Amino acid sequence: MHDLIKKLFVKELGNPLLNKLGDAAIFKTGSRLAFTTDSFVVSPIFFPGGDIGKLSICGTVNDLCVSGARPRYLSCAVIVEEGFGYSDLEKIVLSVKMTCKKAGVDIITGDFKVVEKGAADKVFITTSGVGDIYQGASLSIERIRPGDKVIISGTIGEHGAAVLLAREELKFKAKISSDCAPLNGLTSAILNKGIKFMRDPTRGGLATTLNEIAIDSGYNIGIEESKIPIKESVRVLCEALGMDPLYMANEGKVVVIVAPEAEGKVLSIMKKHPLGRKSVIIGEVKKERNKRVYLKTRIGGKRIVDMLSGEQLPRIC
Amino acid sequence: MKYIDEFRDNKIAKNLAHAVSKKAEGLRPLSIMEVCGTHTMSICNFGIKDMLPANINLISGPGCPVCVTPKSYIDKAMAFSKKPEVILTTFGDMARVPGSDSSLMEEKAKGRHVRIVYSALDAIELAQKNPGKKVIFLGIGFETTSPTVAASLVYARKKKLKNFFVFSGHKVILPAMEALVKDGDVKIDGFLCPAHVSTIIGIKPYTLIAGKYKIPCVIAGFEPVDILQGIWMVLEQIRSKRPKVENQYTRVAKDSGNKKALALINEVFSVKDSEWRGIGTIRESGLFLNRKYSGFDAERVFSIKPVKTRPDTGCICGSILKGLKAPFDCPSFAKTCTPEKPKGACMVSSEGTCAAYYKHRI
Repeated sequence: MHDLIKKLFVKELGNPLLNKLGDAAIFKTGSRLAFTTDSFVVSPIFFPGGDIGKLSICGTVNDLCVSGARPRYLSCAVIVEEGFGYSDLEKIVLSVKMTCKKAGVDIITGDFKVVEKGAADKVFITTSGVGDIYQGASLSIERIRPGDKVIISGTIGEHGAAVLLAREELKFKAKISSDCAPLNGLTSAILNKGIKFMRDPTRGGLATTLNEIAIDSGYNIGIEESKIPIKESVRVLCEALGMDPLYMANEGKVVVIVAPEAEGKVLSIMKKHPLGRKSVIIGEVKKERNKRVYLKTRIGGKRIVDMLSGEQLPRIC
Repeated sequence: MKYIDEFRDNKIAKNLAHAVSKKAEGLRPLSIMEVCGTHTMSICNFGIKDMLPANINLISGPGCPVCVTPKSYIDKAMAFSKKPEVILTTFGDMARVPGSDSSLMEEKAKGRHVRIVYSALDAIELAQKNPGKKVIFLGIGFETTSPTVAASLVYARKKKLKNFFVFSGHKVILPAMEALVKDGDVKIDGFLCPAHVSTIIGIKPYTLIAGKYKIPCVIAGFEPVDILQGIWMVLEQIRSKRPKVENQYTRVAKDSGNKKALALINEVFSVKDSEWRGIGTIRESGLFLNRKYSGFDAERVFSIKPVKTRPDTGCICGSILKGLKAPFDCPSFAKTCTPEKPKGACMVSSEGTCAAYYKHRI
């Protein structure tokens, strides 16, 4: 085991702090910190646009980013099921390595365990991360006020759709890649530019994130269906399966709440970033306080967009 | 999306909504029933009620296959799932419907062999891959799904499959529409007839409703433009006092229906009385495997102890399915009955009236 840790993990992910292989990594940062953790159990572990390794880094990095932090150090704990192939493990570690490089973070402590067959499904990864809060960044849901604009950084639903298709339970083929990506560059560029709050719309999709914002801020949010960017392939897939792209997961998008006077500037910065080219204002915070999300449908009707209950299941007919 | 976006066109929809309002001017309050669950979904999803004049009330009908499947059916399915040699296969929506004691999803969590499939053919594939197991498919749905299940049975017979079975809860829609009209509890001024069922059965069956009961029937597609135009056509019939069957969905539903699909239904099924959740037994409203296919009939092949089904308490699914009441009238709605913990089937299926109302709070 020690051999495997050295030959694979330390070899690929090594840095001065990790290489010591001490009981704990000891470091100093000097600023206010953001700290987060997440577990990754995606199935299948490889999907177009990513894999569980890339996802485990992006997920934690992005949670730090949207908190106004510069991601610094990560921990990474890997649990594999007995019999899991070495080459797949290697692929995952290399993917972790590449993503860390892209996100500018180091893994400075980790763990690796093998459990009996059936006790885990192939591989599970838990990452935790710390980041330095940027000077002057004061993102808070309490700062949200009526009239603030809601921006989404690009097309929605691709991660959810890609994973669904990769499961191959549906005899359905489409070219859809996960949008899985570390958001650091995009989020740091707009900090201190008049934004009030950010969140990455992962599990439960855009609809869930907007509902969380409505509930926690106390204000209604109004969005327009015709403004929400969705790739044609994702729309068609959702249409055919009776699913709603508003609830499909994203792993490389961010919802930004921005003061009305700053919307133009923030939007133009976002559009200049490769991950934010399709950024668009999809709605605004309303003065009513039912804590609900309302959608103006493309035909001019109005409906509530609620929290998703349970999983989305394909319909019968 | 070609052929879909055109029917969600903002301008056309607005014009049609305006035309509906003009057509409804001066008329008494009218109730139009959308028979099919997919219509209900679409009406909620696109906010169509918001665009209609106050005197037009849309009521949801009994056309959600999951919702009308009786509890006794779920209880029987549960009993099948407890047999160690059985793999029970079902459409996703069905898995969450509560039976007397639990749901198939809960049984699955306990380790029973319950699999969610997307068609009966998936179940056949599973049977072929697991020759040591017996695969039962829960066949539910109206004429939209029954031909596909029939086709899978024809295939299974041809391949002499010995480990594939169907537990049929299939239903036909027309007897339910007639039962509602005859019942008279709910006043229906017009029907929006189901789009996809009509592609199979054609327009003829509805002539009974329009002719005998003098209620306008318009087969309408599922897109907002279809629905608004369908409502307009119903209103036009009401104004001219000439109830008939009209087809708005001509791009897909042909007047004569789909003869091949109908032949498949006739090949495999025979029509018998059938129980509908909340409504009761409706004469000649269910499809059951006929003698030729009895070897595939799960109910005949597997012996199970008689199942005691507990009646629903505190759930008004029946009245909702009949269009007599709206979800808001139910004391359990959104309180003790939510999509996460549904009490009645109407809250389970995404096509169910309660689930659609819950999701969009219309």
